[in-house]
Amino acid sequence: MSKNALILGATSDMSLALARKFGSHGYSLTLAARNVDKLTALQSDIQIRQHVTVDIVPFDALNIKSHQDFYKNIPTKPDVVICVFGLLGDQLKAQSDWQSCEEILMSNYVGAVSILNIVANDMELKKQGVIVGISSVAGERGRQSNYFYGSAKAGFTAYLSGLRNRLFKSGVHVLTVKPGFVKTKMIENIKTPGPLTAMPKNVADDIYNAVVKRKNVIYTKGIWQWVMLAIKNIPEGVFKKLKL
Amino acid sequence: MKKLITNWNNYPVIEADEISFDYDPELSSKLNGTSTIAHGNGRCYGDASLSSSVINTLRFDKILSFDVKQGIITCQSGILLSDLLEVIVPQGWFLPVTPGTKFITIGGAVASDVHGKNHHVDGSFSRHIVSMTVLTGSGETMVCSKLKNAHLFWATCGGMGLTGVVLAVTFNLKKIQTSFIRQKQVKAENLDEAMVLFAEHSDFTYSVAWIDCLKTGKQFGRSILILGEHAAQEEVSYKHKKLTAKDKSLFSVPFNFPSFVLNEWTVKAFNALYYAKNHQKVMDATVHYDGFFYPLDSILNWNRIYGNRGFVQYQFVLPLKESKEGLKNILTRINKKGMGSFLAVLKLFGEQNDLISFPMEGYTLALDFPMKPGLLEFLDELDEVVADFGGRIYLSKDARMRSQIFWETYPNAKTFKEIVKKYDPENRYVSNMSKRLMLKD
Repeated sequence: MSKNALILGATSDMSLALARKFGSHGYSLTLAARNVDKLTALQSDIQIRQHVTVDIVPFDALNIKSHQDFYKNIPTKPDVVICVFGLLGDQLKAQSDWQSCEEILMSNYVGAVSILNIVANDMELKKQGVIVGISSVAGERGRQSNYFYGSAKAGFTAYLSGLRNRLFKSGVHVLTVKPGFVKTKMIENIKTPGPLTAMPKNVADDIYNAVVKRKNVIYTKGIWQWVMLAIKNIPEGVFKKLKL
Repeated sequence: MKKLITNWNNYPVIEADEISFDYDPELSSKLNGTSTIAHGNGRCYGDASLSSSVINTLRFDKILSFDVKQGIITCQSGILLSDLLEVIVPQGWFLPVTPGTKFITIGGAVASDVHGKNHHVDGSFSRHIVSMTVLTGSGETMVCSKLKNAHLFWATCGGMGLTGVVLAVTFNLKKIQTSFIRQKQVKAENLDEAMVLFAEHSDFTYSVAWIDCLKTGKQFGRSILILGEHAAQEEVSYKHKKLTAKDKSLFSVPFNFPSFVLNEWTVKAFNALYYAKNHQKVMDATVHYDGFFYPLDSILNWNRIYGNRGFVQYQFVLPLKESKEGLKNILTRINKKGMGSFLAVLKLFGEQNDLISFPMEGYTLALDFPMKPGLLEFLDELDEVVADFGGRIYLSKDARMRSQIFWETYPNAKTFKEIVKKYDPENRYVSNMSKRLMLKD
């Protein structure tokens, strides 16, 4: 029987690339997103191009109460779960508007923790499975332009690290992915430097390979590891004066 | 955010806002009443998809259904032919009609009503469309076909995006047994012989001729006629039996060449070599469809050889009766001017008489001219000749024709404009071309 991959937050560009990548390697897919209508075209497209079964299910990361039932009712229990959803949000607005701020924290941290707790408990029992969390390099150091997003991602990174530690003995693998700039809708109107910007397809390739090789933490593009090393090493006294 | 946008010939270049979308309702919600025009992969050679606001359709590229038994496919308009080929060829199907590049979108194929080497047998792309949905200027999503909302259908095929945005297209595919083409090349000493050969070989599904526009005297219009048929299983060797879509790019032109690289002498030298490589009168071969249909696609960014100034494509068709005299007249003018065309392609169209589509029965010639002083005036002169012979210019390759020539040479222009007006009463879809040719009031 073919393996199944569950993609949470399946309407993003990165999810589409991941679905194609895992589909082309024979995984059947479960695509989950808030708006299922947006998924129907994707469903047929991936079934036709990648020749795999695709199920679509509604999933709302912010509706914590629904998560148990969501996981209980999905048509196929997944071998790989990829948590892609996230929200960059509007930093300036969120500084004075709690609702916007909470939405960023919920989407990037609380919602992800809630659903992955459920997945982790199931996989721990079965003693198999892979959990992939898409975090961000923005979680490595807070900066004024996006520290709500960044701090939520920092929390998510720490969560994934703890989860990996816990699940190691039961044979469940946890992969933390830290993308830098990725050419997606999320940053449609932001100009990013070419050599540091990955295409969704490259990110999906990197993630698939990391799952196969059971890597723990990856940066994509890989160069971000060195960029972030440099950024993390800037003394706080200097860093706080920078316009970042 | 304003972006610089141009089409394949780098002329003209304009600054535009870009709207992109993934889902049908998303597009409607992003349109704010500003005039705009759909823009696919930017492979046309003119200003048909240029406007101060453009809708980038490339993200809208999903395949919605594929009946592998009947060969009927439905896809969203932003998908590239190259992506479609990868899906359909391994299942034993091919595009019913394809132009000389696979890097165009299906929406573009409809808006240009593209033709291919099989026009004399299979007509243009519109002939194979079962139905399509269009987001019209009045904001309605309408299904149209040759039977349903036929006016909208015919004004959208070859209509350069002026009725609205093509959203999804259902069309029939062509059955193939292998991914190879049985190719036959026949050398023609001159234009007269080339035209005789075209007529003699009209039973071939695919036919086109490379023509040397700079040769004078006895070899005036010397050509190589290239013919093809899809190869059957028993016609290919064992290793070629598997159906494969090949998508290898061999070479990419890394930068814009300096403008002096292409001149009369380098083009003459190229033509001499190209003609001489066929050392026999008739040469047969079995070749992969990719090389047969898309020879230039293997050189990514080949448009850069024309340099920063860009180039102009010029493609016209002449009625069959007038073709010989007309072609001679035009080729002689090109000769005299020494306006070397690096790529010149001659093809005999079959009958077609649609609302606004380009093809009509007769010879069509496609030429590339590097942009240089005096060229636009020269092309205006050619326009007059084409019009005098009862021919017309292909809108997808046009960035400069005067409006008066368009109105003289497209007999249904008035009806077309009226239908467009009906579906886009408030001029929501406007391009530089529609302004230039006065297609909208």
